[in-house]
Amino acid sequence: MSSVTSDVMRPVRARVVSVVKETRDTFTLAVTPADGESWEAFQPGQFNMLYVFGVGELPISISGDPEERERLVYTVRSVGQATHALVSRRPGETIGVRGPFGAGWPLGAARGKDVLVVAGGIGLAPLRPLIYHVLRYRDDYVRLLVLYGARSPGDLLYRKQLAEWSRAPDTQVLVTVDYGGLSWRGHVGVVTTLLRHVRLHVGRTVAYICGPEVMMRYVIRLLEARGLAPTDIYLSMERNMKCGAGFCGHCQLGPYFVCKDGPVFSYQQMRPWLDRYEV
Amino acid sequence: MQATPLTEVLKEHPFLEGFKPEHIQKMAELALEVQFGRDQIIFREGQESGLFFLILSGRIALEVSAPGRILRVQTLGPGEELGWSSVLGEGGKHFQARSLETVRALAFEGSRLRQACDQDPSFGYALMRRLLKVVAERLQATRMQLLDVYAPRAAKLI
Repeated sequence: MSSVTSDVMRPVRARVVSVVKETRDTFTLAVTPADGESWEAFQPGQFNMLYVFGVGELPISISGDPEERERLVYTVRSVGQATHALVSRRPGETIGVRGPFGAGWPLGAARGKDVLVVAGGIGLAPLRPLIYHVLRYRDDYVRLLVLYGARSPGDLLYRKQLAEWSRAPDTQVLVTVDYGGLSWRGHVGVVTTLLRHVRLHVGRTVAYICGPEVMMRYVIRLLEARGLAPTDIYLSMERNMKCGAGFCGHCQLGPYFVCKDGPVFSYQQMRPWLDRYEV
Repeated sequence: MQATPLTEVLKEHPFLEGFKPEHIQKMAELALEVQFGRDQIIFREGQESGLFFLILSGRIALEVSAPGRILRVQTLGPGEELGWSSVLGEGGKHFQARSLETVRALAFEGSRLRQACDQDPSFGYALMRRLLKVVAERLQATRMQLLDVYAPRAAKLI
């Protein structure tokens, strides 16, 4: 048995186990090793390069439980040719998998503190492994606060799980949509408006943010205004990742390669690079 | 002056955080406790409603009518404010407000608030600063909504 990471540039064949439609354009895909190979354990926040043979390769964050070794789970939004090809795979078909790559969410930073998760749109997917971890090792953390925003009720991911998580002890889950119809009775408003409804203990809260970059900037501004230090704020960056190992330079952001040094960074690291139109 | 239960309620409301005791007392004199049942229309789009509300419990949706549908654009909850434009006293409501559940609130006549501001500029300044903060937050949220950050591809300006 060889490890998936024995050669970072060599994809390992993986068999598609299931493809579940989450929303109109987003699917959750589970794969298992096709040739008896073993998965390398992954850290919440890491990603794999997924190769649809003959179409292309994509960096996709792992959205499953980090302690589930038999399968790897990804939530993919179908927005282009390669993502469409990926979510169109049928159970039994194979894809290539490289990784896991990059730096994940630093879970140790929140040990003994409140965990604040702020996610927008498909940004909940890279944060789900972190939520699984916190819920499994509940005694290591104090409160778990999950703030999640999406465009409309139909765009919300993992709706059943959000409801389950909200029933866990010392856990608060608030969900909002930018626009709602009459049948939606939950919050309406951008994700930043949810911050008004949570009590933050400065110095005892670590924030983990993932979503569109503009959303993350607004969230960070409000967190800083509430007194959170840049070293207590972590975010996942998205750039044009190709090799996954810091060789090609496609994802360079200032002094960092997002694929290798990230995708998760502290705000302390990212502060000089976030507001720039181009670097 | 002896604190009344209403002044205690007002002191706890985030909108009035840091308000001077005499200003809290002034607000208490102008406040009227109100309750709305679930799915009640509090005011309609275009209506000349002169009331400003501080929400104590329950949630309210702001809605706008479009041909063939009603779009819910914002929800407000405990600790938030509704009807800030009433304090300006200009024009009708821009949105329809509907209670999503039983709502308890304190209502203030916009005209009486304006009168109190005119009589006591220190009170007026404190109130207007807070209203301006609410308006700024709503403006910022609206800008973010307009950006449609969850769209598959962000439109490029150039």
